[in-house]
Amino acid sequence: MTTTTKMIGQAIKRREDPKLITGQGQFLDDVKLTGMLHAVVVRSPYAHATIKGIDASKALALPGVVAVFTGEDMSDINPLPCAWAAGKVDNNLNTPRALAVGKAMHVGDGVALVVAEDRYIARDAADLVEVDYEPLAVVVDAKKATEPGAPQLHENAPSNIVMDWECGDREKTDAAIAAAEVTVREQIVNQRLIPTPMETRGSVARYEPATGEFTVWMTSQAPHVMRLLLAAFVFGIPETSVRCISPNIGGGFGQKIFVYADMAFTMWAARKLGRPVKFVEDRAENYQSSTHGRDHITDVEIAGTRDGRITGLRIDTLANLGGYLSTIAPGIPTTLYGRITTGVYKIPAAHCRVRGVYTNTAMVDAYRGAGRPEASYLIERMVDRFAAEIGMDPAEVRRRNFIPPEDFPYSNGMGLLPYDSGNYGPALDRALQIVGYDALRAEQAEARKQGRYLGIGLSSYVEICGVAPSAWIGLPGEGWGAGLWESANVRVHLTGKVVVTTGSLPHGQGLETTFAQIVADELGVPYDDVVVEWGDTSGTPFGFGTYGSRSLAVGGTAIVKTVAKVREKAKLLAAHMLEARVEDIVWEDGKAFVKGSPDQVKTLGDIALQAAVAYSLPEGMEPSLDETTYYDPPNCTFPFGTHVAVVDIDADTGAVSLRRYVAVDDVGTVINPLIVDGQLHGGIAQGVAQALTEGAIYDDDGQLVTGSLLEYAVPKASLFPQFETDRTVTRSPVNPLGVKGAGEAGTIASAQAVMNAVIDALQPFGVKHLQMPATSERVWNAMHGGTRGARS
Amino acid sequence: MITTEFSYQKAGSVDEALRLLAAAPDSALLAGGHSLIPSMKLRVTAASALVDISGVAALKGVSRAGDTFRIGASTTHRDVAESADLRSGSPLLAEVAGVIGDPAVRNRGTIGGSLAHADPAADYPAAIIALGAQIEVAGTSGSRTIAADDFFTGTFETAVAAGEMITAVTVPAATGVAYEKFVHPASGYAVVGVAAVVTVAGGTISSLRVGVTGAGPQALRLTGLESALAGKTADDATLRSACSGLVAAGDLVGDHQASAAYRASLVDTLARRAIARAAARG
Amino acid sequence: MTTTMAIKVTVNGETRVADVEPRTLLVHWLREDLALTGTHIGCDTSQCGACVVHVDGRAVKSCTMFAAQADGCAVTTIEGLGAADALHAVQDGFWEEHGLQCGFCTPGMIMTAAELLARNPDPSEAEIRHALEGNLCRCTGYHNIVRAIQHAAKGATA
Repeated sequence: MTTTTKMIGQAIKRREDPKLITGQGQFLDDVKLTGMLHAVVVRSPYAHATIKGIDASKALALPGVVAVFTGEDMSDINPLPCAWAAGKVDNNLNTPRALAVGKAMHVGDGVALVVAEDRYIARDAADLVEVDYEPLAVVVDAKKATEPGAPQLHENAPSNIVMDWECGDREKTDAAIAAAEVTVREQIVNQRLIPTPMETRGSVARYEPATGEFTVWMTSQAPHVMRLLLAAFVFGIPETSVRCISPNIGGGFGQKIFVYADMAFTMWAARKLGRPVKFVEDRAENYQSSTHGRDHITDVEIAGTRDGRITGLRIDTLANLGGYLSTIAPGIPTTLYGRITTGVYKIPAAHCRVRGVYTNTAMVDAYRGAGRPEASYLIERMVDRFAAEIGMDPAEVRRRNFIPPEDFPYSNGMGLLPYDSGNYGPALDRALQIVGYDALRAEQAEARKQGRYLGIGLSSYVEICGVAPSAWIGLPGEGWGAGLWESANVRVHLTGKVVVTTGSLPHGQGLETTFAQIVADELGVPYDDVVVEWGDTSGTPFGFGTYGSRSLAVGGTAIVKTVAKVREKAKLLAAHMLEARVEDIVWEDGKAFVKGSPDQVKTLGDIALQAAVAYSLPEGMEPSLDETTYYDPPNCTFPFGTHVAVVDIDADTGAVSLRRYVAVDDVGTVINPLIVDGQLHGGIAQGVAQALTEGAIYDDDGQLVTGSLLEYAVPKASLFPQFETDRTVTRSPVNPLGVKGAGEAGTIASAQAVMNAVIDALQPFGVKHLQMPATSERVWNAMHGGTRGARS
Repeated sequence: MITTEFSYQKAGSVDEALRLLAAAPDSALLAGGHSLIPSMKLRVTAASALVDISGVAALKGVSRAGDTFRIGASTTHRDVAESADLRSGSPLLAEVAGVIGDPAVRNRGTIGGSLAHADPAADYPAAIIALGAQIEVAGTSGSRTIAADDFFTGTFETAVAAGEMITAVTVPAATGVAYEKFVHPASGYAVVGVAAVVTVAGGTISSLRVGVTGAGPQALRLTGLESALAGKTADDATLRSACSGLVAAGDLVGDHQASAAYRASLVDTLARRAIARAAARG
Repeated sequence: MTTTMAIKVTVNGETRVADVEPRTLLVHWLREDLALTGTHIGCDTSQCGACVVHVDGRAVKSCTMFAAQADGCAVTTIEGLGAADALHAVQDGFWEEHGLQCGFCTPGMIMTAAELLARNPDPSEAEIRHALEGNLCRCTGYHNIVRAIQHAAKGATA
C-alpha cells in the first residue's frame, strides 16, 4: 500500500536551519509592534517581606513613563493556576499573582510594573519606585522549612508542606529491608538547577478594544495550554478572545512550559493602556523569578543479598517547590519521579514517599527530564553503593537485577503504567564493549599504584516518554488537570503540496524536519512538498505542546493517523476518478492507479484538485483533502540504555576531567539519526553539568548567590570530550512508528554516570558517596578528609 | 541591563584625556570597557561622564628597548597575547593575556583597564608582580612610575590617584616564566592564579619572583617562598617541600566556589607547578 | 533632556548615520534601530556570546560596547556574513553538521567561529573548544558545533 521507506531513518540536515544560521529567526524580543510600550518589573530584594507601601510618584514624574502598576491594581484578575496537583492526596495550593499582593515570597518576586515608551526609560524609572518592605524570617532549605519554629510561608500549609504523597508498598518494603542480608542507607541530595535556556523568557501582548481580543506572543513550549489557562483561569474570558503565538523559541528545557506572571501583566497592561506592551527578562530576572529544577533531599535505603540481588528500596524525599507552586510543580516529584524510582531493576518491594515543601526561593518545576533524572540518579547511585558494599562489579549487579526481556510489558509496582518494551542487557554490553571496560579496570588498578585516580561510572536508565494517556494521568488518578493527547491536521493543497499543522511546539528538536520525513514516507510524496506549521493558536488545532519527550510518540503518531485518513480518502476519490473499485486501487509514490494498469494514474495533486473543485465526488464524500486527528496514546513509552563515563582526577586539586563519555541508547525507531544524536548530546551535557559544575545556591537570607552567569556555571565547550554514541533499537509497541522519544534521555542518564565515575575514582580514599556537583573543592576535601561527611 | 545616563567624549591625547577627566565629577576612563561597562550595566558603577581613550595612539602597542618591553595601556589582551616581541623576549604577559576571559573579551579588554580595575581575581596582577613590572602613570601635574609591588592596595584599589591614568606597563626580558591558572568554571576569572619568573644558573635558582591572584583580597607576592628557594634546585621534591602552607587560609577569601582553605591549597599546588615549568624554561 | 551624539558606522558594508544616546549599547542599536535582529542578547554579564559581531574584523560582544564606541568602525553582523543562497563556510558547516538546535546562540557562535578560522584556518579540537569559551550553547553539548567548525575549516583549507 505505502511505498518503500525513503525518508525515515535518514540523517538529512534540518530544514529549520537556513533562517537560523543567517540571523533570520524570529524570536520573542524581535517582535516589534506599532505603539508598543516596554515594561520593567520592580522586584523584591527580600526573600520574605511584607509590602507596606509603594510610592511611584518619582517614577511617574520621569518623562516617557506611561504608568506604574501594583498587584492591587491587578486585583480584577485571578492568581495563576496550578494545573497539576499530586494525585489522590490533599494539596495545599498557593500560586503567584501577576504581581505580589501584600507579601513577597522570594528574592525577585514582582512587586510593581513600570511601563514606559522605551526600555531605557522603564529601567531608569524602576529605580525610582519606592517600596516600603518589612522583612520577615526566611527559610530556603526544604528540611529546615519542615522543622518546628520555621517561618510559615502560607496559612493553608502547616509546616510548609504542599502535599504528602506515596507510592509502592510500604509494609512489604519495610519487611524486605528488615529481613535483608545487606542494607545500605544514604542521604542523597539532587541539587537545585537553573534551566538557563539561552533565550530568556518574555511576552508581548496586544489588545484590540473593538473586538475585546488579545494577541500574546510568548516564549512558550505550549501556547494552546497558555491560552486556556490565561483566558479561562486568570482573566475569566472566553478562550476565543485570546490568541497565543510562540515564535522561534531559544531553548526551553521545561522552563518555558508554564504560565508566568508576565503573560498576565502584559495582557492586563495592554488592555488598560490600549497599547501593546512588551516584557523581556534579563538574565538576572530569569534566574531569580523563572522556574528552577530538581532540589530534592532524599533519605534512601536499598536492601539485597550478598550474591547481588536487590530485594527492597525505601525512599523518603523532600522536594523543595519554592515560594509558590508553578503550573505543574506537584506532579513532577510524584508521578514523574516516585513512580519510576525502581529504574531498570526488578525489585520485589519498593516504597517512595514524597513531601513537597514551600521555601523562600524561586518556584521549582519541570527541568529537562523532570523527576526522572532525580529518580535515575537515586537508584543508580544506590545500586553502585550496594555493589561496593557487597564487593561486586557494578556492571554485574546491574545485569543480575535487570528486568528480563520476557517480562515486558512490565509493571513495577509503583503505580506506573507498564513499561512498554525493553531489553536492557544488550545496551549495557555494547556500552562496556565500546568503552573497553576490562582494559579500563586494569588501567585503573595500575594507575592507583602510581597515585593517579581514574574512575569508571555506569548508568543504566529507563524513563517515561510520550506522556501520556489522558485516562491515566488525568485528575482522578495522577492529578493532571487536563488530557495529554495531541492533535494534527493534514491538508493537501490543489497543487499537491501537503500542509501539516501540529499542536506540538518545536523549539530546537527539529520537528519540522522529522515530521516532514514521516509524512513524505506515509503519503509517498516528495519531502520538499511537505510543509509543517505550528506555534499559533489561531492556525493550529489544540495541542498540549512539546515537553516530556512526547512530540514524536504522541504528536508524530497523530500525524501518522491523519495521513492515513488522507490517504484512504484519496484512494476512494481516485477509485471514483478512475472508475474502479477502491479495493483495486494501488497507492504508490503519492499516486493512485488501478492494479494491473499502472499507466492509469492519478497523482495526489490530481486528486486534491478534484476534491477541492468537488464537481464530481463519490456519493456522500465531503470536499477537500483535509483531515484532523486527536490522538490519545494507550501508554507512555520507556526509552532506556546504558551510559559510561570515564574521569580522571587531579590528585593535587581535586579537579575532575571527563576523559570519555559513551552512550548506548534505545529510543525505539529513529526517524532522523542526526537529530536524535543531537538531542542526546545536549541532554548528556546538561546531566554532566549537574554532576560537575551547576548548582543554584541561596544564602540563609534567601539571596540567590548564583544569580548570574558569572556564578552559575553553565558548562563551556572545554568541559566535554567528543561523545561516543551508539544505540540498540527496540520498537515501542505503543505507536505505529515504534518510537519512544529522545529529548530527555541524555539528561536522565548522565549525571549518575559521571558521579559514579568520580566516586569510583575516589574509592581508595574510602569515599562512598559525594553530593553533586563534584566541584574540585568537594573532591579535594573528600580526598583529604576535609569533610568527614563525605564518607560514611 | 542598561547603564545610567552619562556624557561621552573621545580624547585625542593623554593630555586631553586628563583634562576631560578633571572637568566632570564622577568621570571615568573608557578603554576597552570590559570591566567598566558590565559594572555600569549592573548599576554597581555609575559615571556621569566617560572619556574614551581608545583613540589615543600613544597608548597602544608593544615596543622593545633593549631588555625592556613597554606595553601601552590601551593595548588589548589579544594584541599582548600575539605580540611577537613579548613572545620571544618576555612571554609571560603574552601567555597570561591569552587565557583572560574569552576571544571577544581579549579583543576589547586592555591591560591598562584591567590593572586600573584591580579585580582581585584578574589574571594580569600575578604576572605584573612576578615580573616586577613598572606601571607608568600620568596626571595633570606630571608623570610617575609605580612599582608592581606597590601598585595593588586593596580589593579594586590601586595606587593610581584620582585624576591620574595609567599610560603604560614596562616589563623586563624574562624567559623562565609560567602562569598556572585554576579557572572559575562560570566567570572564567582565576579562582587562583600563580605566575613565576625564575632564573636558573648552574642548576640552582638564582632569582625567583612569584605573584598570586585570585586567592586573597588583592594580588600578593610570595616573598617567603622566593627566599626559601634561592640557591636551591627546582626538582620536584624540593618544590613540594617548599610549596606547602605558603599562605594562611585566614588571609584569603572564600566563596561558594572555593573556600579559603581550598584556595590556600591551590596556591601551594599552582606555585609548585608554575615554578617547575618556569625553571624548565629558564 | 537626553543628549544624543552623531555616529557613523559601516554596518554590513553600508554606511549608517545615527544620533544615539551615549549609553546605547551596540547590540540595542543594531537590533532596535537597524532591525538587525540576528544578533541576540542572552545574558547581562558578557558571558554568553549570543551578541557577538565583528568590529573591524574582530569578534566583539556587542552587549559590552556602546554604539558610540563603534563610531568610525566597520561592523559585520550575522546578516552580513552570508546569505541563505551564499552561505559563509561556517554557516554551511553548522547546517551540514547539525551544529544548532534552537538557534539562539547560533549567530554569536558562528561569528566567533568565523573569526577563529580567519586567525587560525586549521585549529585543533582543543583550540576550537578554547576559542568557544565565551559562547554558551545549552542545546548541543558543543559536540556538533565543534564538528561544524572542523567542517568549515576542512572546506576552507581544501
